[in-house]
Amino acid sequence: MTDIRNLSRGKALGTTSRRDFLRATGLAAGGLTLGFALPVASRLALAAAPADTPINAFLRIAADGTCTVVCGLSEMGQGVHTSIPMLIAEELDADWARVKVEQAPVDKAYSNPIFGMQATGGSTSIRGHWEPMRKVGATARAMLVGAAAETWKVPASECRTERGQVIHASGKRLAYGKLAAAAAKQPVPETVTLKDASKFTILGRNLRRLDTPPKVNGSAKYGIDVRLPGMLTAVMARLPVPGAKVVSFDATKARAVPGVRQVLQIPSGVAVLADGYWAAKKGRDALEIQWDAGISGNLSSASVSAMLADGAARAGAVAHTVGDVAAVKPARTLEASYEAPYLSHTCMEPLNCTAWVHDGEAEIWSGTQSQGPSQGIVSQIAGVAPGKVKINTQYLGGGFGRRFAPDFTIDAAMLSKAAGVPVKLVYTREDDTQAWFYRPAGVTRFTAGLDASGVAQSFTATVASPSIMESSGFMKIPANGVDHFAVEGTEDHPYDFPNQRIDYSRVEPGVRVWFWRSVGHSQNIFFTESFVDEMAGAAGKDPFEYRRGLLSRQPRYRAALELAAERAGWGKPLPAGVHRGIAVGQSFGSYVAEVAEVSVAADGSIKVHRVVCAVDCGQVVNPEIVKRQMESAIIYGMTAALYGRITLKDGRVEQGNFDTYPMVRINEVPTIEVHIVPSTEKPGGVGEPGLPPFAPAVANAIFAATGKRLRELPFDTSQLKRA
Amino acid sequence: MATINVNGRSMKVDASPDTPVLWVLRDELGMTGTKFGCGMALCGACTVHLDGAPVRSCSLPVSAAVGHRITTIEAMSGTPVGKAVQTSWVANDVPQCGYCQSGQIMSASALLAKNRKPSDADIDQAMSGNICRCGTYNQIRAAIKQAAASLNGRA
Ligand code: FES
Ligand code: FES
Repeated sequence: MTDIRNLSRGKALGTTSRRDFLRATGLAAGGLTLGFALPVASRLALAAAPADTPINAFLRIAADGTCTVVCGLSEMGQGVHTSIPMLIAEELDADWARVKVEQAPVDKAYSNPIFGMQATGGSTSIRGHWEPMRKVGATARAMLVGAAAETWKVPASECRTERGQVIHASGKRLAYGKLAAAAAKQPVPETVTLKDASKFTILGRNLRRLDTPPKVNGSAKYGIDVRLPGMLTAVMARLPVPGAKVVSFDATKARAVPGVRQVLQIPSGVAVLADGYWAAKKGRDALEIQWDAGISGNLSSASVSAMLADGAARAGAVAHTVGDVAAVKPARTLEASYEAPYLSHTCMEPLNCTAWVHDGEAEIWSGTQSQGPSQGIVSQIAGVAPGKVKINTQYLGGGFGRRFAPDFTIDAAMLSKAAGVPVKLVYTREDDTQAWFYRPAGVTRFTAGLDASGVAQSFTATVASPSIMESSGFMKIPANGVDHFAVEGTEDHPYDFPNQRIDYSRVEPGVRVWFWRSVGHSQNIFFTESFVDEMAGAAGKDPFEYRRGLLSRQPRYRAALELAAERAGWGKPLPAGVHRGIAVGQSFGSYVAEVAEVSVAADGSIKVHRVVCAVDCGQVVNPEIVKRQMESAIIYGMTAALYGRITLKDGRVEQGNFDTYPMVRINEVPTIEVHIVPSTEKPGGVGEPGLPPFAPAVANAIFAATGKRLRELPFDTSQLKRA
Repeated sequence: MATINVNGRSMKVDASPDTPVLWVLRDELGMTGTKFGCGMALCGACTVHLDGAPVRSCSLPVSAAVGHRITTIEAMSGTPVGKAVQTSWVANDVPQCGYCQSGQIMSASALLAKNRKPSDADIDQAMSGNICRCGTYNQIRAAIKQAAASLNGRA
């Protein structure tokens, strides 16, 4: 099993060997005829459509030539239901017009090679499946060729494939649909040769997304759309404070609401089950509950900030050192502290899960990012073997890491078990915002020791932040005391400073923290790239030239930086009042630089006019999807930079709906241009890396415009008001 | 018991009079194309047309919809404007997670039904009630302009 800590690492990516992969997929069992265990969906589909032949766990070929790719990864907007089929179709030489996609059930066959379990996240989908899925396609292709060669009684070497057909040197052709049944009986080849990139006809093209048509007519099914006979809808009064307890509750008024059927208490709160959402919500609102807030009842944002500042002021566990910072005798020292708040993910589709626990089995319908772990958790709740837990993954109305968490799955399973009927648990928007799975708040204190001319002799950072590893329930901080999610983006900054020390100072205010789009990079690259801008200023250098000069050993960072600067016209005149800022960062194996053009009005309000983004994400599956993901992450980062903030008062979250936790809207979005750096490197992730450089690029532009350095997220624009 | 008109059909519904049209559509009539995002008229995910005008169905009690025509995403392909918008949405591959897109399409088609040449400011005005957490806004803008062009015979 590959180390889960590779989740967000650009380096040391999990390398599952071919043998491991084939074993995991069942392909090594010797092929279909020799007892290859088909995942459930394929078997069911086979029964339903006798002419649709499973070639392996990932692919069926129908008599009419339709190739159905069975995708174990969750589609949450990132395009994986298109990019995974593209990987298979390329090596299969499929006719793309006949490629379909279908969501896989939960099964070991669909383990994410980077996680060692079936789950989607950490921008791992293409990084983890680039070779394995191509091998799936190449293996199937070889079996189709084998079947054709046998039919024609010719050597396989005389056959080639093109657009869903096997073609013999004599010109004879057989369509894949005609060959599928025979191909499934062919031995699974031990080795296959993958195509050279120069031969790609599908990879690297802007093919249309396969999931678009159902998403424009209302027919796409999300978790919240699930409807089962006899199902009740649950809305819960959830613990308002971490660690709180229900002392007592009175459900008399709740039960009096027409349509309310049951009121149940489970560890995370009290649930009202009704015929539909509206009755359940009215019932929930009518509950009278006495809570014991416990020790967290005093938590406030001010106390969290004070704890973090305190943590950043003392030495922590050493995450990274170069040279000896203590030996440096600088002519002057630059110091600054940066801060970022807790954030909610706020998927557009409020969290929900439908569960049915009955008769020794359990079934889940949900938009989850973590089928593998969810299967184990539900099996424990339901008291059934993991193999008796089915998971029907629906489209996800956004994930961003939040749907990796198990809370909604656990609660739905518990409620169904207790109620004895299928239960759809739905979070209200407020429940969703207040569910205590937050991007960590953090404070980082930087110092830079400079020589008389401003050249950096030393660079130190103390990162104070809670630990996602410890919060996750499936990881522990390693012996060196460093949660790398807390320091990523700062610890691994690319700059060539001769002496460095980066510390991690763990601070736990008592709020559970979680993976949020781009994880630690989301705040750390803002901190680091802003402070590096301060260092450029102290050296009297242009921010782009300063960075470039410190990246001579980092060609991929440097190429992205140069491309963004060039396309943005760095150094060229701008309209009056518009200023530029630049920032660069690597996350999930991809290198992204962004230039933001910003103006600041007299009242301090800021307008982002244009963002130019350059990305090196290695080899590209679908350039348009890459560009859209960069744009998506930039806008997600923009909401965080301008508005995002979960604040606490008396232990309670002060934000609830979009009025108090606002989102960027269409009238605010800048023009966004994305340029891809041509690359032959291994693919990097694309769902997250566009996010981190946005906030520092804007903060750096604000500094250029006003001379004010905003060191806190979200930006406090009142500081920019001109008297 | 109330009778409402949904997509040209009269439907008898049982819901209590204060039930928002959103939940009547989704839970009672099984029409799940209209989405729940906030329940407070803040996000636009639940947008439907009431006599052709965009309204937030999460905040429209079913009692207030009696006697009016409700149109939902499920019926949009049957109108020239709705069809043009959906076609343009597909051509531009607008959706990412797609969850907000029913509401976006309903707002966009209501805009184009009364304004065949929307300016950027018109688009901002008509569409700023619809949140897209995936940030497909620039594609939405492009798709509205393309749909407008096709409706004006300049596809
Ligand atoms: S659900 Fe109606 S506006 Fe958000
Ligand atoms: S496409 Fe995901 S919220 Fe709009």
